[in-house]
Amino acid sequence: MADPMRIRAFARDGMVNVKVLMSHEMETGQRKDASGKLVPPHFIQNVSATHQGRTVLQAQWGPAVSKNPFLEFNFKGGQKGDKIVVTWEDNKGEKRTDEATIN
Amino acid sequence: MNATRREALKAGGGAGLLALLAAAGVLRPGMARAADWNKQAFEQKTVAEALRALGAQSPASSDAILIKAPEIAENGAVVPIAIESKLPGTQTITLLIEKNPQPLAASFGIPAGTEANVSTRVKMGQSSDVYALVQAGGKYYVTKKEIKITLGGCGG
Repeated sequence: MADPMRIRAFARDGMVNVKVLMSHEMETGQRKDASGKLVPPHFIQNVSATHQGRTVLQAQWGPAVSKNPFLEFNFKGGQKGDKIVVTWEDNKGEKRTDEATIN
Repeated sequence: MNATRREALKAGGGAGLLALLAAAGVLRPGMARAADWNKQAFEQKTVAEALRALGAQSPASSDAILIKAPEIAENGAVVPIAIESKLPGTQTITLLIEKNPQPLAASFGIPAGTEANVSTRVKMGQSSDVYALVQAGGKYYVTKKEIKITLGGCGG
């Protein structure tokens, strides 16, 4: 199981600012290991963020997204104390879901 | 599918239209369900092929899209890029890096109520133009910016 995401969400001026740091290798499939063999690709493909059951962001990623991916976005309608839930799924079908409280 | 599309268009604006378009499979990249990773588009080797796979062959150039990124990035493994669209009704924001082996890097679905402004970090193998493709009101718009890389980020 991958390490938990770090999610920070702050409400200000009617908007909620969300910053997510995920823990993932994001292996491109182009890199060779010490013995010269290609390292198979392993990267997050789908990301979604929901606020009280409503999707506030979706993303599809390729292997060009950096290792330990960072994501920042803003949405309307969130209140202090609400939960924001972020889920990712990678090309091997591994998933991780974490949540944070809006500050 | 054309009939469904026509119905969807007739049904009119807002979130309803978006949902119908998504249901009809018209909205690309397939943002409707998480399982719809657009393999075909991500595996293309050139920007033109990726645009075609996204259904955005000839996007209009727009200065209402801003790419916020360094002119010169020292480390190609971690290039911070933010894309903001000032186009009303922005539905998707897509980032392509011309000289990467697979140009399509990331695509974001922007639901109503979410700012058309996302930030992430990407790998760049070498100095390259990056393209921000925006789908707004069913049309595609694009802008580009050159980012110079001191140390490539695809080798390791």
